[in-house]
Amino acid sequence: MTAIQLKSRCSQRAWVRRASLAAVLAGTFALPAPTAQAQDAGTLKIGIVTFLSGGAAGPFGVPARNAAELVIEALNAGKVPAPYNTTGIAGAKVAPVFVDEASKQVVADYRTLVEKEKVDLVIGYISSGSCKAVAPVVEEIKRLTVFFDCGTPQVFEEVVTKPKYLFRTGAHATMDSVAAARYLLELKADVKTVAGINQNYAWGQDSWNDFAAAIKALKPAVEVKTAQFPKIFAGQYGTEISALLASQSEVVHSSFWGGDMEALVLQGTGRGLFGKMKVILTTGETAMHRLGAQMPEGTILGGRGPHGNFAPNSPLNEWFRKQYFDRYGTWPTYPSYKMALAILGVKSAFDKAAKATAGQRPTQEQVIAAFERLEYDSPSGKVRMALSNGHQAIQDTAYGLFHFDKNIGQATLVKVKTYNAECVNPPEGLKSADWIKSGFKGAKCN
Amino acid sequence: MLTSVAIVFDGLVYASWLFTVSVGLTLIYGVMKILNIAHGSLYALGAYAAAYLVGAYLGGGYPPLFSYLVLLAAAIAVGAFFGVLIERGILRLMYGRDEVLMVLVTYAVFLVLEDAVKVIFGVDPYFASQPYGLLGTVDVLGLPYPVYDFGLIALALLAGIGVWWGLNRTRRGKLLTAVIHDREMSVAFGINVTAVFLVTFIIGSMLGALGGAFTAPKVSVVPGIGVEVIVLAFAVVVIGGLGSIGGAMIGALIVGLARAAAVHLLPQAELFVIYGVMSLVLAFRPHGLFARPATRKI
Repeated sequence: MTAIQLKSRCSQRAWVRRASLAAVLAGTFALPAPTAQAQDAGTLKIGIVTFLSGGAAGPFGVPARNAAELVIEALNAGKVPAPYNTTGIAGAKVAPVFVDEASKQVVADYRTLVEKEKVDLVIGYISSGSCKAVAPVVEEIKRLTVFFDCGTPQVFEEVVTKPKYLFRTGAHATMDSVAAARYLLELKADVKTVAGINQNYAWGQDSWNDFAAAIKALKPAVEVKTAQFPKIFAGQYGTEISALLASQSEVVHSSFWGGDMEALVLQGTGRGLFGKMKVILTTGETAMHRLGAQMPEGTILGGRGPHGNFAPNSPLNEWFRKQYFDRYGTWPTYPSYKMALAILGVKSAFDKAAKATAGQRPTQEQVIAAFERLEYDSPSGKVRMALSNGHQAIQDTAYGLFHFDKNIGQATLVKVKTYNAECVNPPEGLKSADWIKSGFKGAKCN
Repeated sequence: MLTSVAIVFDGLVYASWLFTVSVGLTLIYGVMKILNIAHGSLYALGAYAAAYLVGAYLGGGYPPLFSYLVLLAAAIAVGAFFGVLIERGILRLMYGRDEVLMVLVTYAVFLVLEDAVKVIFGVDPYFASQPYGLLGTVDVLGLPYPVYDFGLIALALLAGIGVWWGLNRTRRGKLLTAVIHDREMSVAFGINVTAVFLVTFIIGSMLGALGGAFTAPKVSVVPGIGVEVIVLAFAVVVIGGLGSIGGAMIGALIVGLARAAAVHLLPQAELFVIYGVMSLVLAFRPHGLFARPATRKI
């Protein structure tokens, strides 16, 4: 072949290569992006935001996501027990869109979920920091959003005081702290000194402030020896443990969670902290199965509500626990329960609104009207949207002592005491801190 | 009395942790003038490898007393492997570029390794706490301190003395010091600077992984433990002077004692103390406590 023929062959090959590359690229961009499709009437798109990476994923985000997948699949197949045994939500199949809360741009991700992905509603948010940031945006964008886990009372007491589109199906931290104080005094009526170690951000500070105020309101003679506030995710608590030991307090309160809580347990047991003092871990239920025998006997554990091992017996609870254990090989803890009850709350609201619209998908306004002041069943008992004009849930709660049962090789809770919702939650219209300071005005304890 | 003693001991324990974690960072900066943000990942990888290997070792029923050697082995293995991978694979291609660019490159490596850790080890926590409790506790005026923590002080001293002796009393160390002072002149004198860089980076990585490996028995090893460490190590190294081993030791001591004092006396200030010390030092000595005067090249 002559040089010219060779050259034209080569350039032909080059041309073919370029053309096929162009075709492939065109094909990729021509494929319809799933998010750009128009909503079909039979699908309800729910954005679900939890920690899928980072330190909070293991104890909270992943159990929550697992519960979401489980409940949504069961709903779509109509397999959830009564009163949720209808398919989907208001007849529509549920399509979840999972988003990682650990993205460091929660607000931007929320906007993307609503404006680009066009979800019908959002359920999510574990960190109080995320909730405080997202709450005002929810009202601005006007999309139904359900906070399922974050604990700071500030969401409806400071940040969004007149919510319309925002709901929280998880009870807030005041309940945990007040119940902890009551449980402690019932366990140890002669307690004289308390100390605390909590993470230095909204959740830790609010938890400690509410607990200290509650203890003082119930027994004014109690003295606070020291209140430690290490940075979140610090991981090394040697100095704080020395300070707690040196203070010679009888009790230590901690709202630590995840890796921090586990580090505190490991470092504290090594130095006899748990032997010398009664330790309250308000989120301890999440680690009871994972730490197993490493959790010290007799530690006071809370579960942010009647979840996990605290949940009352019911067909719905038994179904949930069995399904979860069979699928994931471990018992569901409170993040799983809270996610399940958030989804079931949404279903209750939609179904209730759909009764009035004769089968048509209810509008967002109708669902919101149905959701306000709703009372519904969940695997952890009754949930009542009773505060903040029907946008904030209250539930009963419980505390117990950790006990590792060697006969069955499992972590259990003993000396469990349940507190009814009106005993440990503030009444409508009163801020948590004010309610505690007033001596729990209006509380109805059994 | 008890508080003062507690402050001193807690300060020493925390300072030894800070030093072990920062000495690698300052060494790498001193020799290579690279601020290695990926140091945090080496710490995390060391912790994960240690937790995983100790778990496997103890699960195999071997004598627990040698689990400390397993920790050391984990650190060396991780440091060597990832040190070579990062230095040969990425940094070698970037030498001579602007220092800020190198920071971005090491930051990118850090992000990649963070996700790699999640892929390899998953998001669930790892525990390897038996070595921590094995040596028991020692009573100091009524406050129990684990012997393991005192072991960490010894480890930090060994690491510090080892690096100092290596730099100042061995022939290779003197060559390294020459490279620290003037890279171009060293090349001109025939020092194999490429090899020096590789060895330094490996040693620095091993030291970072060492910090992680020996911290693993005290904590639950979860994704993200490397992040906190970078900020603290950076602050300590800046206080002591970038590139100075003695400076890192003094910086760690000052921060450790100041933080212990804050925790015992004024807990609300604890969060701010390390940055307060850093600001104070930099206000009076902008290059850190033991910074070398930099000669200006014409």
